[in-house]
Amino acid sequence: MTSTAHDYDDIPGTYVFDAEHHRKGYHLNMMCMSLNDPENRKRFAEDESTYLDAWELTPEQRVAVLERDWLGMLQLGGNIYYTFKLAIFDGLSMQAVGGAMSGVTEAEFQQMMINGGRNSDG
Amino acid sequence: MAEVLYGVATSHVPAIGAAIDHGKEEQQYWRPLFEGYEGARKWMADTKPDVIVLAYNDHASAFDLDLIPTFAIGVADKFPIADEGYGPRQIPEVIGHPELAWHLAESLILDGFDMTICNRMPVDHGLTVPLSIMYGSPEEWPVKVIPLAVNVIQYPPPTGKRCYALGQAIRRAVQSFEDDKDLKVAVFGTGGMSHQLQGERAGWVNTPFDTDFLNRLTDDPEGLTEISHVELLRQAGSEGIELVMWLIMRGALSRRVREVHRHYHVPASNTAAGLIVFESSEANVLL
Repeated sequence: MTSTAHDYDDIPGTYVFDAEHHRKGYHLNMMCMSLNDPENRKRFAEDESTYLDAWELTPEQRVAVLERDWLGMLQLGGNIYYTFKLAIFDGLSMQAVGGAMSGVTEAEFQQMMINGGRNSDG
Repeated sequence: MAEVLYGVATSHVPAIGAAIDHGKEEQQYWRPLFEGYEGARKWMADTKPDVIVLAYNDHASAFDLDLIPTFAIGVADKFPIADEGYGPRQIPEVIGHPELAWHLAESLILDGFDMTICNRMPVDHGLTVPLSIMYGSPEEWPVKVIPLAVNVIQYPPPTGKRCYALGQAIRRAVQSFEDDKDLKVAVFGTGGMSHQLQGERAGWVNTPFDTDFLNRLTDDPEGLTEISHVELLRQAGSEGIELVMWLIMRGALSRRVREVHRHYHVPASNTAAGLIVFESSEANVLL
């Protein structure tokens, strides 16, 4: 797959879910979405590794899922609304995931939001 | 003549729905947000629209990466509450208005908008949280709802200009609805305001941008349609691009509107939460 330049590539720390990203992440995202089904959540809880065998994940995507590497999943084609299904499964909040992706703790991330969020003033 | 009399734009943060469902509205973290909703809820209870055409985005609930409609309209009698991974929210199912929905679908397609028509369409927080914000936790929703799902997850979403034009077409279509000439219709635009859920820039908030967006939504909506997607990504954050859906609502109202209520609060979870309520000020004048 070739990489095309986009006018949004220079936005820091942002993974735009475009065609290229979609093609990389299709199976990863669809696997995450399968956790909408309570039966699938039960099977995933029993044995994550076996559950993942049924999906055409790359070895890197598989590791990222098992290790809950939230930023890695994005970089491997994940979309946050899909990968967040895993966080829901784990009982994690969006602040916990936001913190993990930006290198701070959940509490620090929460405090940053209470202070007005991340913005151009720092 | 049936009319779009009211417009509401609001964020649809799932945590707001969870706060309502679990009785946390009075907690210190949530009180400032919910206090700002009180005026809008009172207005809603007084105005009582018959139907809401509710523009929202599905979050991997009814649609997935196999099927990504840009604009999808729900024509069913009712819409079940989606299981987003937690089990469905314990709220009443959403009752549709198939007569108006089919009329809208037909009118919009003939007006140049190639709508996807949906029957089976479980609705997620994108649609249900705005209802909870405006109506609280009733036994049944006191309004019928026509879901209008807009793709804003796969890049690119429809342009702001196209969304605004769709709103204008919805207004024309409602005015030509013959079955119930007294029907009072509200249009909702949801999502936003500035927020970014993903990446190292997660937590992005841009209050000056949001304030300007709210001001211009009232006075200069056509100017807002000139904002490019890249500018929205940059200024409002990757998920802030949902704001294009607010322009559907605004397009469905008269050019001049009365701003009834406005509220803005940071944070609701990872998001700058905004709410704005309009009444069409020239209800019987065709655009």
